[in-house]
Amino acid sequence: MTEIQGKFNPESALLLDVRDLTIQYVTDNGTVHAVENLNLQLGRGETLGVVGETGAGKTTTALGIMRLIPSPPGVVRAGEILFEGEDLLKKSEPEMRAIRGGKIAMIFQDPMTSLNPVMTVDRQIAEMISLHRSVSDSEALTLAGDMLELVGIKRERMHDYPHQFSGGMKQRVVIAIALACDPGLLIADEPTTALDVTIQAQVLELMKKLKQQFNASMILITHDLGIVADICDHVAIMYAGRVVEYAEKRALYSRPLHPYTIGLFNSVPDLDEDREELAVIPGLMPDPMDLPTGCTFHPRCTFAAEECSKKKPDVLEVEPGHFVACPIRAGLGLGKPATGGERK
Amino acid sequence: MNDTPYIRVENLKKYFPTKRGMLHAVDDVSFSIQKGETLGLVGESGCGKSTLGRCLIRLLESTAGGVFLRDEKTGADIDVTKVSAHVMKDLRKKVQIVFQDPYSCLNPRLSVWELIAEPLIVNGVYSGRNAMRARIRELMSTVGLAERLENSYPHELDGGRRQRIGIARSLALNPEFIVLDEPVSALDVCIQAQILNLLNELQREFHYTYVFISHNLSVVKHVSDRIAVMYLGRIVELSDYKELFVKPLHPYTQALLSAIPVAKLDVKKDRIILEGDVPSPIEPPECCRFAGRCRYRQETCLKTTPDLKEISDGHFVACHFTNDLKPTV
Amino acid sequence: MNNAIAAADRGYTGRKRRGTLAQVLFRLRKSPLAMFGLIFIVCLTFVAIFADVLAPYPYQKQNLVHSFETPTKQFLLGTDEFGRDILSRLIYGARISLQVGIIAVGIALIVGGMLGAVAGYYGGWTDNAIMRVMDVLLSIPQTLLAIAIAAALGPGLFNLMIAVGISAVPNYARIVRGSVLSIREMEFVEAARAVGSSDLRIILKHIIPNSMAPIIVQSTLGVASAILNAAGLSFIGLGIQPPYPEWGAMLSGGRQYIRDYAHLTLYPGLAIMLTILALNFLGDGLRDALDPKLKR
Repeated sequence: MTEIQGKFNPESALLLDVRDLTIQYVTDNGTVHAVENLNLQLGRGETLGVVGETGAGKTTTALGIMRLIPSPPGVVRAGEILFEGEDLLKKSEPEMRAIRGGKIAMIFQDPMTSLNPVMTVDRQIAEMISLHRSVSDSEALTLAGDMLELVGIKRERMHDYPHQFSGGMKQRVVIAIALACDPGLLIADEPTTALDVTIQAQVLELMKKLKQQFNASMILITHDLGIVADICDHVAIMYAGRVVEYAEKRALYSRPLHPYTIGLFNSVPDLDEDREELAVIPGLMPDPMDLPTGCTFHPRCTFAAEECSKKKPDVLEVEPGHFVACPIRAGLGLGKPATGGERK
Repeated sequence: MNDTPYIRVENLKKYFPTKRGMLHAVDDVSFSIQKGETLGLVGESGCGKSTLGRCLIRLLESTAGGVFLRDEKTGADIDVTKVSAHVMKDLRKKVQIVFQDPYSCLNPRLSVWELIAEPLIVNGVYSGRNAMRARIRELMSTVGLAERLENSYPHELDGGRRQRIGIARSLALNPEFIVLDEPVSALDVCIQAQILNLLNELQREFHYTYVFISHNLSVVKHVSDRIAVMYLGRIVELSDYKELFVKPLHPYTQALLSAIPVAKLDVKKDRIILEGDVPSPIEPPECCRFAGRCRYRQETCLKTTPDLKEISDGHFVACHFTNDLKPTV
Repeated sequence: MNNAIAAADRGYTGRKRRGTLAQVLFRLRKSPLAMFGLIFIVCLTFVAIFADVLAPYPYQKQNLVHSFETPTKQFLLGTDEFGRDILSRLIYGARISLQVGIIAVGIALIVGGMLGAVAGYYGGWTDNAIMRVMDVLLSIPQTLLAIAIAAALGPGLFNLMIAVGISAVPNYARIVRGSVLSIREMEFVEAARAVGSSDLRIILKHIIPNSMAPIIVQSTLGVASAILNAAGLSFIGLGIQPPYPEWGAMLSGGRQYIRDYAHLTLYPGLAIMLTILALNFLGDGLRDALDPKLKR
């Protein structure tokens, strides 16, 4: 996968460069290949969408970047995570603690459980601030109030406890905590999955606005291609621990190449179109302890040729910045759409 | 369309007592469903759609109103909410439900075989072991479960397969009417598509009548013939599925539709971002439930509750100003 | 990471499966203390069952020539004041102690379990009435309650079991009620109702099998405390009467000679201690092995 490095973006503009990251979970029943040879690049101010199904390794990747993989059973086997040019995997634990929350912040899926129920929200934000900045307690609390106003919560509610807020408001508080120390990189793991559509729209709007305001980069982990279309610049599609397609959003949505990406698009019911039958990807996600040989997607793939079961597919750059881990589809060229795969 | 509806829901209410007063989960809801039709029920969490679904098949006792089910043979209407426990036991064979969470709706101690056999045993449908075996095999192949899985336990299977077990259980007694309570919400998109296709095929083959409950509008649109939008225990709009998406009339429906993320580029739409959260359903004031978040709010909206009125053929809306909405905010 | 583990945990049909019991044993094997407990209890049960074959002498056989002997080849653990072989008495004592422990827990489990299940399933005033009585009983120290019941019933093996069993009823009622309450709210119970299952079937087929884990753990730990309680009652003379070799009674009989012949109290004491310890280790191990959240 060496072709990717340094091609689509000058090295200096990269904020995050993950190279050949391999993470495994070693359990009594076998080894889970959660992430394999993962390469991701993220420029300053960019938003990268990481899309995949349950078990694709999205969350593991995020935790890997934060160095929060629970160990045991998790083991980072190989790779580099270059953040601002420095390898996070070589940092000591105290150095990492300064980076977590300070330079890289994370938003988790469930706002109900990521806040401490016995602490008022302003205290929770202030705690984050005083951990990373040398400010007095009262200053930190004032800043916490500012942050709450920024995410659209009135200052007079700053002394409330999490249970006094609704789900959407709680996620706003979580965002306020994440942004409190002005991090360069924000990792959001399914930030709106637990929310209703109208609330999701509010929160996404807010995240878009704040990302600009703070000039932060963001990795947005999601399973919803609609959200990606809304706010991301680049998209990485993950399947069974590997990135199968990586491209600029426009290229990916207009010319999806990897058979899995196409299948993913076709599985979503379309609002503008009446289809009696949804085109489905046959079969199930493979067991991460017992991945198929060669291309992990080949047992479910309609394009699979004999070589797919034998050789790990190379990652090919089919057009500048558009990488796909499927020699067969890449060989077909961009002109020919996959059956049923062309989107308007 | 047939004139006599298969199911007629009249002024159905379900209140739950809480410490702070009555929680109006379902508040005066009326609609009807034709035989073989799919009615989609959409709304956000807490709008009462699941409660309504459970009242329809009497998993919950309703507070007031009725659910009339037409008996095919006699042509008489039976009020599901009021029949005796004895009659209800018979009715259970006709009305079934598929639950949202395929992880918690299956008893972890029972094997796939035992899970599918349960409805048959409980209702004493098959006396002979062989007849039952044949029926279970048949059900498993209908929902697409391999025979070798019959001795597996739910925790060994993925979400899609578990949901297939749930569907097989609900089909076991040859029902006429199935409430699908968010059957695909807990599943990944690819599996979701497989299950949606299965439900579609089953309906085509066995002419089931579905109520499909979901918060996902794209999914609801895909499966439904008509769609009812719920907000705070009331139906605010009910219409043919196409018309609802082309010509949404209620301000809430409009906001809901505009909030759906679409997996396409360059779909420029005016996103209506609703202010605030859904208000509490406990002792709601006598006014339009949506008034607090509505852009078109008028004096009247804060005083009287709008009824569900038929605006055009088969298109019902509960809004005072359906035809002349003027932004006030 | 949960994703990956969840995916792995969800299992793949291709992989070979283990039965529930085998799974529990597999997880139990990882805890050496629990395995020690299990092996000890299995051996003890074996000894208790085959006491007639294993014991070198009858437990009541007196031999005044050999009284107060320290361990020798002839009497491996020595003899007591009447020249009775302590090892033989300990072996027969195991039979009584295990019997008392298991039957007392059985009584507590049946009575407490029924009360708890009824309280949990039906709720409302039934629940209130039952649980308030249990609260009153819980406010009396368990040993004191057992003493009171034993004193009222009089000494004897059977009365001892009843006294120890009844005094433990509130504990089981609370545990069973708690697990019934949580399982009653699970969706599969509603699903069972939706296909027309009766209350009785729901309790027997769905609720009880799913609430077994905490009950098994509590019972294992309960046997330990029942044995201890029974030994305590025998020690103060309210339990087993001589010449039956109950461990607590042996301890009590030997205490006047403790300065000169410590082995009279040492061995019964050790037997009680090891048994309690083994049961507690096993109970803790089972708690971990049966907890589905720790499934890895």
